[in-house]
Amino acid sequence: MKSRPAYRAFRVVALTVVVIALLAPLIWMVAASFKTNVDIYDTGKALVFSPTLDNYANVLEQANYVQFIGNSLWVAFAATVLSIVLGVPAAYSMSRFNMRKSALVVLMARVIPGVSLLVPWYYVFSNLKMVGGFSVLILSHMFVSLPLVVYIMMGYFDSLPIELEEAALVDGLTHIGAFRRITLPLSIPGVATAGILSFIFSWNNFMFALVLSGADTKTLPVAIFDFVGYASIDWGGLMAAASVVTLPIMLIALFVQKYVVSGLTAGATKG
Amino acid sequence: MAAVTTPTRSPRRASETPDTPAWARWANDHRKWLFAAPAMIFVAALIVFPLAWTGYLSLTDAEGSVRAESEFVGFQNYVEVLSDTDRFWPAVGRTAAFTVVALLFEVVLGMAIALLLWRPFRGQKWVRVAILMPLVATPVAVGMMWRLIFDPNIGLANQVLGWVGIGPQPWLAGQHSALPTTIFIDVWQWTPMVVLILLAGLTSLSDEPQEAARIDGASTWQRFRHVTLPLVMPTVIVAILLRGIDALKTFDILYATKGRGGGSFHEVETLNVYAYGLSFDYNEYGISSTVLIIFFLIIIGSMWALTSRRKEAQR
Repeated sequence: MKSRPAYRAFRVVALTVVVIALLAPLIWMVAASFKTNVDIYDTGKALVFSPTLDNYANVLEQANYVQFIGNSLWVAFAATVLSIVLGVPAAYSMSRFNMRKSALVVLMARVIPGVSLLVPWYYVFSNLKMVGGFSVLILSHMFVSLPLVVYIMMGYFDSLPIELEEAALVDGLTHIGAFRRITLPLSIPGVATAGILSFIFSWNNFMFALVLSGADTKTLPVAIFDFVGYASIDWGGLMAAASVVTLPIMLIALFVQKYVVSGLTAGATKG
Repeated sequence: MAAVTTPTRSPRRASETPDTPAWARWANDHRKWLFAAPAMIFVAALIVFPLAWTGYLSLTDAEGSVRAESEFVGFQNYVEVLSDTDRFWPAVGRTAAFTVVALLFEVVLGMAIALLLWRPFRGQKWVRVAILMPLVATPVAVGMMWRLIFDPNIGLANQVLGWVGIGPQPWLAGQHSALPTTIFIDVWQWTPMVVLILLAGLTSLSDEPQEAARIDGASTWQRFRHVTLPLVMPTVIVAILLRGIDALKTFDILYATKGRGGGSFHEVETLNVYAYGLSFDYNEYGISSTVLIIFFLIIIGSMWALTSRRKEAQR
Protein backbone atom coordinates (compact mmCIF):
# COMPACT_ATOMS: atom_id res chain seq x y z
CA MET A 1 0.00 0.00 0.00
CA LYS A 2 1.56 3.28 -1.07
CA SER A 3 1.36 6.32 1.16
CA ARG A 4 1.39 9.93 0.06
CA PRO A 5 4.59 12.03 0.46
CA ALA A 6 2.82 14.46 2.79
CA TYR A 7 1.89 11.61 5.11
CA ARG A 8 5.42 10.22 4.98
CA ALA A 9 6.86 13.61 5.97
CA PHE A 10 4.34 13.90 8.79
CA ARG A 11 5.22 10.41 9.99
CA VAL A 12 8.94 11.25 10.11
CA VAL A 13 8.31 14.42 12.14
CA ALA A 14 5.79 12.83 14.51
CA LEU A 15 7.88 9.75 15.18
CA THR A 16 11.01 11.83 15.72
CA VAL A 17 9.14 13.77 18.40
CA VAL A 18 7.99 10.50 19.99
CA VAL A 19 11.48 8.99 20.00
CA ILE A 20 13.00 12.15 21.50
CA ALA A 21 10.28 12.34 24.17
CA LEU A 22 10.90 8.72 25.13
CA LEU A 23 14.69 8.69 25.06
CA ALA A 24 15.71 12.21 26.14
CA PRO A 25 14.88 11.69 29.84
CA LEU A 26 16.87 8.45 29.91
CA ILE A 27 19.82 10.10 28.17
CA TRP A 28 19.55 12.98 30.64
CA MET A 29 19.70 10.52 33.53
CA VAL A 30 22.79 8.77 32.18
CA ALA A 31 24.45 12.12 31.37
CA ALA A 32 23.84 13.37 34.91
CA SER A 33 25.40 10.19 36.31
CA PHE A 34 28.70 11.28 34.69
CA LYS A 35 28.51 14.85 36.02
CA THR A 36 29.86 16.33 39.21
CA ASN A 37 27.15 17.80 41.45
CA VAL A 38 28.51 21.26 40.61
CA ASP A 39 27.90 20.60 36.91
CA ILE A 40 24.39 19.26 37.58
CA TYR A 41 23.52 22.54 39.32
CA ASP A 42 25.04 24.57 36.46
CA THR A 43 22.29 24.74 33.86
CA GLY A 44 24.78 26.08 31.32
CA LYS A 45 26.51 22.69 31.29
CA ALA A 46 23.48 20.71 30.18
CA LEU A 47 25.21 18.54 27.62
CA VAL A 48 28.77 19.90 27.41
CA PHE A 49 30.68 18.90 30.54
CA SER A 50 33.81 17.01 31.50
CA PRO A 51 32.65 13.51 32.43
CA THR A 52 33.63 11.96 35.73
CA LEU A 53 33.38 8.41 37.03
CA ASP A 54 33.34 9.54 40.67
CA ASN A 55 29.61 8.91 41.06
CA TYR A 56 29.96 5.32 39.94
CA ALA A 57 32.99 4.82 42.14
CA ASN A 58 31.02 6.17 45.11
CA VAL A 59 27.98 4.07 44.43
CA LEU A 60 29.79 0.83 43.67
CA GLU A 61 32.38 1.01 46.44
CA GLN A 62 31.09 3.05 49.34
CA ALA A 63 27.38 2.42 48.99
CA ASN A 64 27.87 -1.33 48.60
CA TYR A 65 26.10 -1.55 45.25
CA VAL A 66 28.22 -4.47 44.07
CA GLN A 67 26.50 -6.56 46.72
CA PHE A 68 23.04 -5.23 45.80
CA ILE A 69 23.64 -6.05 42.13
CA GLY A 70 24.48 -9.59 43.20
CA ASN A 71 21.33 -9.77 45.35
CA SER A 72 19.13 -8.55 42.52
CA LEU A 73 20.69 -10.98 40.06
CA TRP A 74 20.31 -13.95 42.42
CA VAL A 75 16.70 -13.20 43.37
CA ALA A 76 15.60 -12.55 39.77
CA PHE A 77 17.45 -15.63 38.49
CA ALA A 78 16.10 -17.99 41.16
CA ALA A 79 12.54 -16.66 40.91
CA THR A 80 12.66 -17.06 37.11
CA VAL A 81 14.03 -20.63 37.15
CA LEU A 82 11.58 -21.79 39.82
CA SER A 83 8.66 -20.12 38.02
CA ILE A 84 9.58 -21.92 34.81
CA VAL A 85 9.95 -25.28 36.57
CA LEU A 86 6.52 -24.91 38.22
CA GLY A 87 4.81 -22.83 35.55
CA VAL A 88 5.61 -24.59 32.27
CA PRO A 89 4.08 -28.01 33.18
CA ALA A 90 1.12 -26.26 34.78
CA ALA A 91 0.54 -24.16 31.67
CA TYR A 92 0.76 -27.34 29.58
CA SER A 93 -1.93 -29.08 31.63
CA MET A 94 -4.11 -25.99 31.65
CA SER A 95 -3.81 -25.63 27.89
CA ARG A 96 -4.25 -29.30 26.91
CA PHE A 97 -6.98 -30.16 29.43
CA ASN A 98 -8.68 -26.80 29.06
CA MET A 99 -8.49 -26.05 32.80
CA ARG A 100 -9.70 -22.48 32.39
CA LYS A 101 -10.94 -22.14 35.96
CA SER A 102 -7.61 -23.21 37.42
CA ALA A 103 -5.87 -20.84 35.04
CA LEU A 104 -8.11 -18.04 36.26
CA VAL A 105 -7.00 -18.68 39.86
CA VAL A 106 -3.34 -18.36 38.86
CA LEU A 107 -4.02 -15.27 36.80
CA MET A 108 -5.82 -13.64 39.73
CA ALA A 109 -2.33 -12.90 40.98
CA ARG A 110 -2.10 -10.23 38.30
CA VAL A 111 -5.15 -8.50 39.74
CA ILE A 112 -4.70 -8.70 43.50
CA PRO A 113 -2.98 -5.67 45.06
CA GLY A 114 0.37 -6.90 46.39
CA VAL A 115 -0.06 -5.03 49.67
CA SER A 116 -3.02 -7.23 50.62
CA LEU A 117 -0.73 -10.26 50.64
CA LEU A 118 2.23 -8.59 52.29
CA VAL A 119 0.76 -8.36 55.81
CA PRO A 120 -0.05 -12.11 56.04
CA TRP A 121 3.27 -12.97 54.40
CA TYR A 122 5.12 -10.74 56.79
CA TYR A 123 3.38 -12.35 59.75
CA VAL A 124 4.02 -15.93 58.65
CA PHE A 125 7.56 -15.39 57.45
CA SER A 126 8.65 -13.38 60.46
CA ASN A 127 7.39 -16.19 62.71
CA LEU A 128 9.46 -18.58 60.61
CA LYS A 129 12.45 -16.21 61.00
CA MET A 130 12.61 -15.92 57.20
CA VAL A 131 12.09 -12.17 56.76
CA GLY A 132 15.32 -10.63 55.53
CA GLY A 133 16.45 -13.87 53.91
CA PHE A 134 16.71 -14.66 50.22
CA SER A 135 14.14 -17.47 50.24
CA VAL A 136 11.23 -15.22 51.17
CA LEU A 137 12.28 -12.64 48.56
CA ILE A 138 12.45 -15.31 45.88
CA LEU A 139 9.03 -16.67 46.90
CA SER A 140 7.48 -13.21 46.81
CA HIS A 141 8.96 -12.45 43.39
CA MET A 142 7.55 -15.75 42.13
CA PHE A 143 4.15 -14.32 42.95
CA VAL A 144 4.77 -11.96 40.02
CA SER A 145 6.74 -14.23 37.70
CA LEU A 146 4.82 -17.51 38.01
CA PRO A 147 1.50 -16.12 36.70
CA LEU A 148 3.46 -14.41 33.92
CA VAL A 149 5.07 -17.72 32.91
CA VAL A 150 1.74 -19.57 33.06
CA TYR A 151 0.02 -16.86 31.02
CA ILE A 152 2.68 -16.73 28.29
CA MET A 153 3.16 -20.50 28.10
CA MET A 154 -0.59 -21.24 27.95
CA GLY A 155 -0.81 -19.06 24.87
CA TYR A 156 2.23 -20.81 23.44
CA PHE A 157 0.93 -24.34 24.06
CA ASP A 158 -2.47 -23.37 22.66
CA SER A 159 -0.73 -22.47 19.40
CA LEU A 160 1.29 -25.70 19.14
CA PRO A 161 -0.53 -28.27 16.98
CA ILE A 162 -1.66 -31.23 19.06
CA GLU A 163 -1.10 -33.52 16.06
CA LEU A 164 2.64 -33.59 16.79
CA GLU A 165 2.00 -35.14 20.18
CA GLU A 166 -0.54 -37.55 18.75
CA ALA A 167 2.04 -38.70 16.21
CA ALA A 168 4.51 -39.27 19.03
CA LEU A 169 1.93 -41.35 20.91
CA VAL A 170 1.38 -43.49 17.84
CA ASP A 171 5.13 -43.98 17.68
CA GLY A 172 4.98 -45.43 21.18
CA LEU A 173 5.86 -42.54 23.46
CA THR A 174 3.95 -42.08 26.70
CA HIS A 175 2.11 -38.81 27.24
CA ILE A 176 4.82 -37.54 29.55
CA GLY A 177 7.45 -38.73 27.09
CA ALA A 178 5.73 -36.84 24.29
CA PHE A 179 5.68 -33.73 26.44
CA ARG A 180 9.35 -34.08 27.33
CA ARG A 181 10.72 -35.02 23.91
CA ILE A 182 8.39 -33.32 21.47
CA THR A 183 6.48 -30.45 23.07
CA LEU A 184 9.16 -29.12 25.37
CA PRO A 185 11.91 -28.79 22.73
CA LEU A 186 9.41 -27.04 20.45
CA SER A 187 8.52 -24.64 23.25
CA ILE A 188 12.02 -23.25 23.77
CA PRO A 189 11.14 -19.86 22.20
CA GLY A 190 8.11 -19.59 24.46
CA VAL A 191 10.14 -20.54 27.53
CA ALA A 192 12.77 -17.96 26.55
CA THR A 193 10.08 -15.29 26.23
CA ALA A 194 8.57 -16.20 29.59
CA GLY A 195 11.99 -16.37 31.24
CA ILE A 196 13.16 -12.98 29.95
CA LEU A 197 9.91 -11.28 30.95
CA SER A 198 9.90 -12.85 34.39
CA PHE A 199 13.53 -11.80 34.92
CA ILE A 200 12.76 -8.20 33.94
CA PHE A 201 9.71 -7.98 36.20
CA SER A 202 11.56 -9.51 39.12
CA TRP A 203 14.59 -7.23 38.61
CA ASN A 204 12.31 -4.18 38.59
CA ASN A 205 10.15 -5.24 41.54
CA PHE A 206 10.20 -2.78 44.41
CA MET A 207 7.36 -3.23 46.89
CA PHE A 208 7.97 -6.82 48.01
CA ALA A 209 11.68 -6.26 48.56
CA LEU A 210 10.93 -2.99 50.37
CA VAL A 211 9.10 -4.94 53.08
CA LEU A 212 10.75 -8.35 53.01
CA SER A 213 14.45 -7.70 52.38
CA GLY A 214 17.05 -7.13 55.07
CA ALA A 215 20.22 -5.06 55.08
CA ASP A 216 22.20 -7.90 53.46
CA THR A 217 19.56 -8.99 50.98
CA LYS A 218 18.49 -5.59 49.69
CA THR A 219 17.79 -5.53 45.97
CA LEU A 220 18.73 -2.64 43.68
CA PRO A 221 15.35 -0.82 43.54
CA VAL A 222 15.24 -0.70 47.36
CA ALA A 223 18.87 0.42 47.49
CA ILE A 224 18.05 3.29 45.12
CA PHE A 225 15.07 4.27 47.23
CA ASP A 226 17.25 4.27 50.37
CA PHE A 227 19.79 6.47 48.60
CA VAL A 228 17.50 9.45 49.12
CA GLY A 229 17.99 10.46 52.70
CA TYR A 230 16.55 13.35 54.61
CA ALA A 231 19.52 15.57 53.83
CA SER A 232 20.04 17.18 50.43
CA ILE A 233 20.10 14.71 47.55
CA ASP A 234 23.40 13.63 45.98
CA TRP A 235 21.98 13.86 42.46
CA GLY A 236 25.06 12.56 40.68
CA GLY A 237 25.20 9.49 42.90
CA LEU A 238 21.45 8.94 42.64
CA MET A 239 21.55 9.07 38.84
CA ALA A 240 24.53 6.68 38.80
CA ALA A 241 22.55 4.30 41.02
CA ALA A 242 19.49 4.65 38.77
CA SER A 243 21.65 3.98 35.70
CA VAL A 244 23.20 0.91 37.33
CA VAL A 245 19.75 -0.67 37.70
CA THR A 246 18.24 0.48 34.38
CA LEU A 247 21.04 0.14 31.83
CA PRO A 248 21.53 -3.65 32.11
CA ILE A 249 17.82 -4.32 31.68
CA MET A 250 17.62 -1.94 28.71
CA LEU A 251 20.62 -3.69 27.12
CA ILE A 252 18.92 -7.07 27.57
CA ALA A 253 15.74 -5.68 26.01
CA LEU A 254 17.78 -4.33 23.10
CA PHE A 255 19.27 -7.72 22.26
CA VAL A 256 16.20 -9.87 22.77
CA GLN A 257 13.68 -7.29 21.60
CA LYS A 258 11.55 -9.84 19.75
CA TYR A 259 11.01 -11.98 22.84
CA VAL A 260 10.24 -9.02 25.10
CA VAL A 261 7.62 -7.71 22.70
CA SER A 262 5.98 -11.09 22.17
CA GLY A 263 5.88 -11.64 25.93
CA LEU A 264 4.39 -8.25 26.69
CA THR A 265 1.70 -8.65 24.05
CA ALA A 266 1.01 -12.35 24.74
CA GLY A 267 -2.66 -13.19 24.52
CA ALA A 268 -3.66 -9.64 23.66
CA THR A 269 -5.04 -10.36 20.20
CA LYS A 270 -7.00 -13.55 20.70
CA GLY A 271 -10.52 -13.91 22.00
CA MET B 1 19.34 -35.52 25.08
CA ALA B 2 16.86 -38.36 24.70
CA ALA B 3 19.59 -40.87 24.01
CA VAL B 4 21.47 -39.79 27.11
CA THR B 5 18.54 -40.07 29.49
CA THR B 6 17.30 -43.45 28.25
CA PRO B 7 20.31 -45.12 26.72
CA THR B 8 19.06 -48.73 26.76
CA ARG B 9 15.79 -48.58 24.90
CA SER B 10 14.28 -46.72 22.01
CA PRO B 11 10.98 -44.88 22.40
CA ARG B 12 9.27 -47.35 20.07
CA ARG B 13 10.01 -50.30 22.31
CA ALA B 14 8.96 -48.52 25.48
CA SER B 15 5.28 -49.04 24.85
CA GLU B 16 5.68 -52.54 23.53
CA THR B 17 7.22 -53.80 26.74
CA PRO B 18 4.46 -54.24 29.28
CA ASP B 19 6.90 -53.86 32.17
CA THR B 20 6.80 -50.07 32.25
CA PRO B 21 7.30 -49.24 35.95
CA ALA B 22 4.05 -48.82 37.83
CA TRP B 23 4.92 -45.30 39.00
CA ALA B 24 5.52 -44.21 35.43
CA ARG B 25 2.13 -45.50 34.36
CA TRP B 26 0.54 -43.84 37.39
CA ALA B 27 2.31 -40.57 36.56
CA ASN B 28 1.17 -40.82 32.98
CA ASP B 29 -2.46 -41.38 33.96
CA HIS B 30 -2.46 -38.55 36.47
CA ARG B 31 -0.33 -36.11 34.48
CA LYS B 32 -3.04 -33.48 34.38
CA TRP B 33 -2.88 -32.82 38.11
CA LEU B 34 0.74 -33.89 38.49
CA PHE B 35 1.70 -31.04 36.16
CA ALA B 36 -0.70 -28.48 37.48
CA ALA B 37 -0.64 -29.21 41.20
CA PRO B 38 2.73 -27.68 42.21
CA ALA B 39 1.85 -24.32 40.70
CA MET B 40 -1.69 -24.51 42.06
CA ILE B 41 -0.47 -25.33 45.57
CA PHE B 42 2.03 -22.48 45.39
CA VAL B 43 -0.70 -20.08 44.35
CA ALA B 44 -3.10 -21.35 47.00
CA ALA B 45 -0.49 -21.03 49.73
CA LEU B 46 0.76 -17.61 48.71
CA ILE B 47 -2.42 -15.98 47.46
CA VAL B 48 -5.69 -17.62 48.43
CA PHE B 49 -4.78 -18.21 52.06
CA PRO B 50 -3.22 -14.75 52.67
CA LEU B 51 -6.15 -13.09 50.94
CA ALA B 52 -8.58 -14.94 53.20
CA TRP B 53 -6.49 -13.80 56.16
CA THR B 54 -6.65 -10.21 54.99
CA GLY B 55 -10.41 -10.61 54.77
CA TYR B 56 -10.44 -11.87 58.36
CA LEU B 57 -8.11 -9.08 59.57
CA SER B 58 -10.48 -6.51 58.08
CA LEU B 59 -13.05 -7.67 60.65
CA THR B 60 -10.68 -7.24 63.61
CA ASP B 61 -9.04 -4.33 65.39
CA ALA B 62 -5.51 -5.65 64.74
CA GLU B 63 -2.84 -2.98 65.12
CA GLY B 64 0.63 -2.37 66.46
CA SER B 65 2.49 -5.65 66.07
CA VAL B 66 1.56 -8.52 63.81
CA ARG B 67 1.81 -10.73 66.89
CA ALA B 68 -0.46 -8.62 69.10
CA GLU B 69 -3.83 -9.96 70.22
CA SER B 70 -6.76 -8.63 68.25
CA GLU B 71 -10.49 -8.69 68.73
CA PHE B 72 -13.26 -9.43 66.31
CA VAL B 73 -15.18 -6.22 65.66
CA GLY B 74 -17.48 -7.21 62.82
CA PHE B 75 -18.02 -4.58 60.17
CA GLN B 76 -16.97 -1.69 62.37
CA ASN B 77 -13.82 -1.07 60.27
CA TYR B 78 -15.90 -0.88 57.12
CA VAL B 79 -18.20 1.70 58.69
CA GLU B 80 -15.16 3.66 59.85
CA VAL B 81 -13.36 3.52 56.50
CA LEU B 82 -16.40 4.28 54.37
CA SER B 83 -17.26 7.33 56.48
CA ASP B 84 -13.65 8.62 56.42
CA THR B 85 -13.74 11.73 54.23
CA ASP B 86 -10.29 12.80 55.41
CA ARG B 87 -8.03 10.13 53.92
CA PHE B 88 -10.07 7.31 52.39
CA TRP B 89 -12.40 9.08 49.96
CA PRO B 90 -9.74 11.53 48.71
CA ALA B 91 -7.54 8.47 48.06
CA VAL B 92 -10.38 6.86 46.09
CA GLY B 93 -10.73 10.08 44.11
CA ARG B 94 -7.01 10.27 43.37
CA THR B 95 -6.91 6.59 42.36
CA ALA B 96 -9.82 7.14 39.97
CA ALA B 97 -8.39 10.40 38.57
CA PHE B 98 -4.92 8.92 38.16
CA THR B 99 -6.22 5.82 36.40
CA VAL B 100 -8.80 7.47 34.15
CA VAL B 101 -6.62 10.39 33.01
CA ALA B 102 -3.50 8.26 32.54
CA LEU B 103 -5.47 5.62 30.60
CA LEU B 104 -7.10 8.25 28.41
CA PHE B 105 -3.76 9.73 27.36
CA GLU B 106 -2.14 6.33 27.01
CA VAL B 107 -4.86 4.91 24.78
CA VAL B 108 -5.20 7.99 22.54
CA LEU B 109 -1.44 8.53 22.19
CA GLY B 110 -0.86 4.78 21.96
CA MET B 111 -3.38 4.44 19.14
CA ALA B 112 -1.85 7.39 17.26
CA ILE B 113 1.68 5.98 17.54
CA ALA B 114 0.54 2.46 16.68
CA LEU B 115 -1.17 3.74 13.52
CA LEU B 116 2.03 5.56 12.50
CA LEU B 117 4.00 2.35 12.99
CA TRP B 118 1.45 0.06 11.38
CA ARG B 119 2.76 0.03 7.80
CA PRO B 120 6.40 -0.94 7.34
CA PHE B 121 8.93 1.80 6.54
CA ARG B 122 12.68 2.29 6.75
CA GLY B 123 13.91 2.81 10.30
CA GLN B 124 10.80 1.28 11.85
CA LYS B 125 12.96 -1.17 13.78
CA TRP B 126 14.73 1.67 15.58
CA VAL B 127 11.53 3.40 16.56
CA ARG B 128 10.34 0.11 18.05
CA VAL B 129 13.55 -0.20 20.06
CA ALA B 130 13.10 3.34 21.41
CA ILE B 131 9.53 2.51 22.38
CA LEU B 132 10.67 -0.49 24.38
CA MET B 133 13.12 1.45 26.56
CA PRO B 134 10.79 3.28 29.01
CA LEU B 135 8.78 0.09 29.32
CA VAL B 136 11.60 -2.05 30.69
CA ALA B 137 13.22 0.69 32.79
CA THR B 138 12.96 0.08 36.55
CA PRO B 139 10.03 2.17 37.84
CA VAL B 140 11.86 3.32 40.99
CA ALA B 141 14.79 4.53 38.88
CA VAL B 142 12.31 6.20 36.52
CA GLY B 143 10.80 8.01 39.50
CA MET B 144 14.23 9.24 40.62
CA MET B 145 15.09 10.31 37.08
CA TRP B 146 11.94 12.45 36.83
CA ARG B 147 12.60 13.87 40.29
CA LEU B 148 15.80 15.38 38.91
CA ILE B 149 14.17 16.53 35.66
CA PHE B 150 11.22 18.09 37.53
CA ASP B 151 13.36 19.67 40.26
CA PRO B 152 12.07 23.26 40.45
CA ASN B 153 15.56 24.79 40.64
CA ILE B 154 17.94 22.65 38.61
CA GLY B 155 15.56 20.49 36.57
CA LEU B 156 15.54 20.21 32.80
CA ALA B 157 11.75 20.70 32.64
CA ASN B 158 11.81 24.29 33.92
CA GLN B 159 14.83 25.04 31.74
CA VAL B 160 12.95 23.93 28.63
CA LEU B 161 9.93 26.00 29.71
CA GLY B 162 12.27 28.98 30.11
CA TRP B 163 13.37 28.70 26.48
CA VAL B 164 9.79 29.20 25.32
CA GLY B 165 9.16 31.97 27.85
CA ILE B 166 7.05 30.13 30.41
CA GLY B 167 7.88 30.67 34.08
CA PRO B 168 9.11 27.86 36.38
CA GLN B 169 6.53 25.37 37.63
CA PRO B 170 6.62 23.51 40.97
CA TRP B 171 5.87 20.10 39.33
CA LEU B 172 6.19 17.34 41.91
CA ALA B 173 6.70 19.84 44.71
CA GLY B 174 3.38 21.63 44.20
CA GLN B 175 0.32 20.64 46.16
CA HIS B 176 -1.90 20.68 43.08
CA SER B 177 0.64 19.88 40.38
CA ALA B 178 2.08 16.72 41.99
CA LEU B 179 -0.69 14.33 40.90
CA PRO B 180 -0.78 15.57 37.27
CA THR B 181 3.02 15.28 37.17
CA THR B 182 2.93 11.65 38.35
CA ILE B 183 0.25 10.99 35.74
CA PHE B 184 2.64 12.42 33.16
CA ILE B 185 5.37 10.03 34.35
CA ASP B 186 2.96 7.10 34.11
CA VAL B 187 1.99 8.14 30.57
CA TRP B 188 5.66 8.42 29.61
CA GLN B 189 6.47 4.96 30.91
CA TRP B 190 3.38 2.99 29.88
CA THR B 191 2.11 4.49 26.60
CA PRO B 192 4.67 2.20 24.89
CA MET B 193 2.88 -0.81 26.40
CA VAL B 194 -0.39 0.29 24.78
CA VAL B 195 1.45 0.91 21.49
CA LEU B 196 2.84 -2.64 21.46
CA ILE B 197 -0.52 -4.25 22.25
CA LEU B 198 -2.42 -2.16 19.68
CA LEU B 199 0.29 -2.76 17.08
CA ALA B 200 -0.10 -6.51 17.62
CA GLY B 201 -3.84 -6.07 17.12
CA LEU B 202 -3.48 -3.93 13.99
CA THR B 203 -0.93 -6.29 12.45
CA SER B 204 -3.32 -9.22 12.85
CA LEU B 205 -6.03 -7.47 10.80
CA SER B 206 -6.47 -8.49 7.20
CA ASP B 207 -6.04 -5.87 4.46
CA GLU B 208 -9.27 -6.65 2.62
CA PRO B 209 -11.79 -4.49 4.54
CA GLN B 210 -9.36 -1.56 4.22
CA GLU B 211 -9.02 -2.07 0.47
CA ALA B 212 -12.77 -2.42 0.02
CA ALA B 213 -13.40 0.84 1.89
CA ARG B 214 -10.72 2.58 -0.14
CA ILE B 215 -12.28 1.44 -3.41
CA ASP B 216 -15.64 2.67 -2.11
CA GLY B 217 -14.03 6.10 -1.75
CA ALA B 218 -13.82 6.31 2.04
CA SER B 219 -11.47 9.00 3.37
CA THR B 220 -8.58 8.17 5.70
CA TRP B 221 -10.58 9.25 8.75
CA GLN B 222 -13.66 7.33 7.63
CA ARG B 223 -11.55 4.22 7.07
CA PHE B 224 -10.13 4.53 10.58
CA ARG B 225 -13.43 5.36 12.27
CA HIS B 226 -15.65 2.84 10.51
CA VAL B 227 -13.31 0.04 9.47
CA THR B 228 -10.10 -0.13 11.49
CA LEU B 229 -11.38 0.98 14.89
CA PRO B 230 -14.31 -1.45 15.15
CA LEU B 231 -12.06 -4.31 14.02
CA VAL B 232 -9.32 -3.50 16.51
CA MET B 233 -11.74 -2.66 19.35
CA PRO B 234 -11.37 -6.00 21.19
CA THR B 235 -7.62 -5.39 21.37
CA VAL B 236 -8.18 -1.82 22.58
CA ILE B 237 -10.27 -3.19 25.43
CA VAL B 238 -7.58 -5.76 26.30
CA ALA B 239 -5.06 -2.90 26.42
CA ILE B 240 -7.34 -0.85 28.67
CA LEU B 241 -7.91 -3.88 30.88
CA LEU B 242 -4.23 -4.80 31.29
CA ARG B 243 -3.06 -1.21 31.68
CA GLY B 244 -6.00 -0.22 33.86
CA ILE B 245 -5.34 -2.95 36.43
CA ASP B 246 -1.72 -1.85 36.71
CA ALA B 247 -2.60 1.85 36.78
CA LEU B 248 -5.04 1.30 39.66
CA LYS B 249 -2.27 -0.45 41.58
CA THR B 250 0.50 2.07 40.76
CA PHE B 251 2.87 2.27 43.68
CA ASP B 252 6.53 2.44 42.68
CA ILE B 253 6.68 5.85 40.97
CA LEU B 254 4.36 7.43 43.55
CA TYR B 255 6.41 6.16 46.47
CA ALA B 256 9.71 6.96 44.75
CA THR B 257 8.75 10.54 43.90
CA LYS B 258 6.71 11.57 46.96
CA GLY B 259 7.61 9.04 49.65
CA ARG B 260 5.44 8.03 52.61
CA GLY B 261 1.78 8.97 52.64
CA GLY B 262 2.00 10.38 49.11
CA GLY B 263 3.72 13.61 50.24
CA SER B 264 3.17 15.94 53.17
CA PHE B 265 -0.34 16.88 51.99
CA HIS B 266 -1.07 13.34 50.71
CA GLU B 267 -1.02 14.87 47.21
CA VAL B 268 -0.48 11.56 45.43
CA GLU B 269 -1.88 9.19 48.05
CA THR B 270 -3.84 6.63 46.05
CA LEU B 271 -5.56 3.62 47.62
CA ASN B 272 -2.51 1.42 47.19
CA VAL B 273 -0.16 3.99 48.74
CA TYR B 274 -2.67 4.60 51.54
CA ALA B 275 -3.03 0.89 52.29
CA TYR B 276 0.75 0.39 52.20
CA GLY B 277 1.24 3.26 54.64
CA LEU B 278 -1.46 1.95 56.99
CA SER B 279 0.19 -1.48 56.99
CA PHE B 280 3.86 -0.73 57.17
CA ASP B 281 4.27 2.87 58.33
CA TYR B 282 1.44 2.95 60.92
CA ASN B 283 0.81 -0.79 61.56
CA GLU B 284 -2.97 -0.33 61.43
CA TYR B 285 -3.56 -3.84 60.11
CA GLY B 286 -7.32 -3.98 60.68
CA ILE B 287 -8.07 -0.70 58.90
CA SER B 288 -5.54 -1.37 56.15
CA SER B 289 -7.07 -4.79 55.44
CA THR B 290 -10.48 -3.14 55.18
CA VAL B 291 -9.13 -0.60 52.67
CA LEU B 292 -7.48 -3.41 50.72
CA ILE B 293 -10.63 -5.53 50.53
CA ILE B 294 -12.61 -2.51 49.28
CA PHE B 295 -9.79 -1.71 46.83
CA PHE B 296 -9.81 -5.31 45.62
CA LEU B 297 -13.57 -5.16 45.05
CA ILE B 298 -13.14 -1.91 43.08
CA ILE B 299 -10.54 -3.58 40.83
CA ILE B 300 -12.69 -6.68 40.28
CA GLY B 301 -15.72 -4.47 39.59
CA SER B 302 -13.95 -2.36 36.97
CA MET B 303 -12.52 -5.49 35.33
CA TRP B 304 -15.94 -7.09 35.19
CA ALA B 305 -17.46 -3.98 33.65
CA LEU B 306 -14.73 -3.86 31.00
CA THR B 307 -14.89 -7.56 30.16
CA SER B 308 -18.61 -7.36 29.52
CA ARG B 309 -17.94 -4.34 27.27
CA ARG B 310 -15.41 -6.46 25.42
CA LYS B 311 -17.91 -9.22 24.82
CA GLU B 312 -20.31 -6.64 23.40
CA ALA B 313 -17.58 -5.26 21.12
CA GLN B 314 -16.90 -8.74 19.77
CA ARG B 315 -20.51 -9.34 18.85
